[in-house]
Amino acid sequence: MSVNYGSKRIVVGAHYGTRDWLSQRITAVLMAVFTVLLLAQIIFSKGPIGYDQWAGIFSPQWMKVLTFAVIVGMLQHVWVGMRDIWMDYIKPAGLRLALQVFTIIWLIACAGWGIQVLWRL
Amino acid sequence: MTEMASAQRAKRPEFRNINALTDLPSYRLPLAGIVSILHRISGFLMFILMPLIIWMFDTSISSEISYARFTSTFNAGMLGLPGVLWKLVALALIWAYLHHFIAGLRHLWMDTSHESVSKNFGRQSAAFTLIVSIALTLVLGAKLFGLY
Repeated sequence: MSVNYGSKRIVVGAHYGTRDWLSQRITAVLMAVFTVLLLAQIIFSKGPIGYDQWAGIFSPQWMKVLTFAVIVGMLQHVWVGMRDIWMDYIKPAGLRLALQVFTIIWLIACAGWGIQVLWRL
Repeated sequence: MTEMASAQRAKRPEFRNINALTDLPSYRLPLAGIVSILHRISGFLMFILMPLIIWMFDTSISSEISYARFTSTFNAGMLGLPGVLWKLVALALIWAYLHHFIAGLRHLWMDTSHESVSKNFGRQSAAFTLIVSIALTLVLGAKLFGLY
């Protein structure tokens, strides 16, 4: 188990990144559905969009719950994507770790802010 | 025995075929490659500007007073920066979202269909992604800047 790369890599079993790949796809579908739903509500609303129409879209409980799920899904989606970017371009392990930690904190902070806005409404 | 062999191999020179500074500027990417790197750039842009996105969500939705502050940002400006600049940032986000969205749908399609991963389809769908995302960005940008 000490060497698990190159010709020594253990290739039996599964899940070499499949879980991350799949979760990124599933969250992408969730966000795409949300985008279409949101756009439909904006396009089919009557009259010009003002504050009341805009805030009204997010006031039903189902929309709050859906938006919450989208924010959590986005957290996972962006984490996988940003981790890919750091792994591809940043080679020093210390710097990469620091950027990954920054990514996690940045994302959780943003998600907390978004969720607070949502349920203050 | 194997450890000795690997110790001898360790000094082999390392060849990398792409240098970011000398090769990339003259490196010609196919259309699918352009869509791919823009997918990454647009995702990174939205990640970095995420606080701005949530700030826009917050101010636009929290109250009528904050909504007025939201709209005035793009007209009168904010933080000493003119409204036009904020509109340009918003337009960059609009492009990033559109490109990431359409290129993402292309990805999902390619994940679920063998026909869509042919060289020809890859080029055509890449061209579609670029044309539609840029065209929609121009249309929405014209709206944002009050051209119609």
